[in-house]
Amino acid sequence: MKKYTFTEKKDTRSGFGAGMHVLGQQNPNVVALCADLVGSLKLEPFIKENPERFVQCGISEANMIGISAGLTIGGKIPFATTFANFATGRVYDQIRQSVAYSNKNVKICASHAGLTLGEDGATHQILEDLGMMKMLPGMTVINPCDYNQTKAATIAIADYEGPVYLRFGRPVIPVFTDADQKFEIGKAWMVNEGTDVSIFATGHMVWEAIQAGEILEAEGINAEIINIHTIKPLDEEAILKSVEKTGCAVTAEEHNRLGGLGDSVAQVLVKNKLVPQEYVAVNDSFGESGTPAQLMEKYGLTAKDIVAAAKRAIARK
Amino acid sequence: MEIEQLEKVASQVRRDIVRMVHGCQSGHPGGSLGCTELLVALYFERLKLKEQDGKPVFDMDGKDEDLFFLSNGHISPVWYSVLSRRGYFPKEEMATFRKLNSRLQGHPTTHEHLEGIRIASGSLGQGMSVAIGAALAKKLNNDKGLVYVLMGDGEQQEGQVWEAATFAPHHQVDNLVAFIDLNGQQIDGPTVKVMNNLDLGKKYEAFGWEVISIEEGNDMAAVVKGLYEAKSRLGHGRPIMVLLHTGMGFGVDFMMGSHKWHGVAPNDEQLAAALAQLEETLGDY
Repeated sequence: MKKYTFTEKKDTRSGFGAGMHVLGQQNPNVVALCADLVGSLKLEPFIKENPERFVQCGISEANMIGISAGLTIGGKIPFATTFANFATGRVYDQIRQSVAYSNKNVKICASHAGLTLGEDGATHQILEDLGMMKMLPGMTVINPCDYNQTKAATIAIADYEGPVYLRFGRPVIPVFTDADQKFEIGKAWMVNEGTDVSIFATGHMVWEAIQAGEILEAEGINAEIINIHTIKPLDEEAILKSVEKTGCAVTAEEHNRLGGLGDSVAQVLVKNKLVPQEYVAVNDSFGESGTPAQLMEKYGLTAKDIVAAAKRAIARK
Repeated sequence: MEIEQLEKVASQVRRDIVRMVHGCQSGHPGGSLGCTELLVALYFERLKLKEQDGKPVFDMDGKDEDLFFLSNGHISPVWYSVLSRRGYFPKEEMATFRKLNSRLQGHPTTHEHLEGIRIASGSLGQGMSVAIGAALAKKLNNDKGLVYVLMGDGEQQEGQVWEAATFAPHHQVDNLVAFIDLNGQQIDGPTVKVMNNLDLGKKYEAFGWEVISIEEGNDMAAVVKGLYEAKSRLGHGRPIMVLLHTGMGFGVDFMMGSHKWHGVAPNDEQLAAALAQLEETLGDY
């Protein structure tokens, strides 16, 4: 098992803010929009240096999506930012018509995704956003794993022509990827090569998968861990290559088990190579208030849950 | 263009509208007929468009030209006719309206790459936000082009419209002219009965807009005058709202003033009766 260490923990939303800061200096067409959550989205450095390229929309997310679509008509690259719940479900029709169907170069950047928003509870958490966004034709869906990768993804999507959903979160988690990495949209990242089980993880769950891999290794099980930072387009080749070798799969995501990464991987397996698959995901329920760690524990999203799923998958081979 | 010439274009556009809707037995003739003067006046008189050899040149960004957005996308027939008659695409294509494999979808879309269209519309309430975004982009680009957007009066019932209405004056979007087509009808009946919008002009004024009225929205001279007035008031920190009073179904006597022709196609006899009232001026498609 390849060793991953970290010296600090940071939130992925700060990676987004750092990426925006870089884009503010590098790309004059980038415009940031926000619906009264500037601090939460870590946009202050961008705004300080580029006040003319920041659009405060107030608490009106539908209008923000429409304005973003309009800004692309004129060659701007709008980054529309708010909490994931309000960036997707609240404005699904606006995204569908004015962004996806109209094929506009809008970047929808969503913080506080998943359960780990924590104490605010289910109204502010969202576990359905990956599903909603991946069902939109033409939408690219990205869910990076740590601060550095979120920063790299933020910078990368500015150069990609087309609508993008970029998802990140609030809790501080280990920073274990390279600071100067290149982010390749649609290309899965091999975290650890292994032979006994494939663990496909996304977002915050990648670090849990790494810890699970270490536990499994101690028990003599050699796990292959792949970071699926891009849910759509999905790197089908990497998934199939891995299960050809291991013969079984675990998917791990901070999302409803319906409609997320697990279902995307299952489609690939059903079409191409039937192998046992186990889901580590929220079991079709809403969240609740609690600390991120408590919620991960209660809803079955920890390293030990991945370990158990891996053993179930191996047993079904 | 002289008023008389514009009126001739409008007559042909009305023929196109009823023929298109009849051709596929589907679509929205009422609101289309009511907005004919506005769209003809915009495209043949008011909008500064990029042209080459007398024909408009379309690019999605629309830099250094005026832009028009149709928020109430169901009145697509009038827009398609005007775009085609203005030279954006061949008039013969109107025969494909709402038919399989057509670029002329029931509601406008960029998906089929139809020249002249920059955003999909159909689900109501989104167009003004988009127009505001396009107007902001023009300001960022130091582009002196103006942005126009048309909404329906029933559409004012959508909440997003009021998000946009709040935003535009706050951000001093003063290169934007919005229109509300006040025909007083929506699918389920007169607007006052379905959901009374009550004093839209006062509402927009209270939100910080400069509001003007075109009382005779089906009088070409009045519409052209109103458009010049709207433009003259731009650039002073406030967006302009034009209350455009029209008659649903205007120009075809049996369609006029009734919500029943919001989304119904004429049969063969009705088509003949409608065409008998509308002079063919530019040649049917």
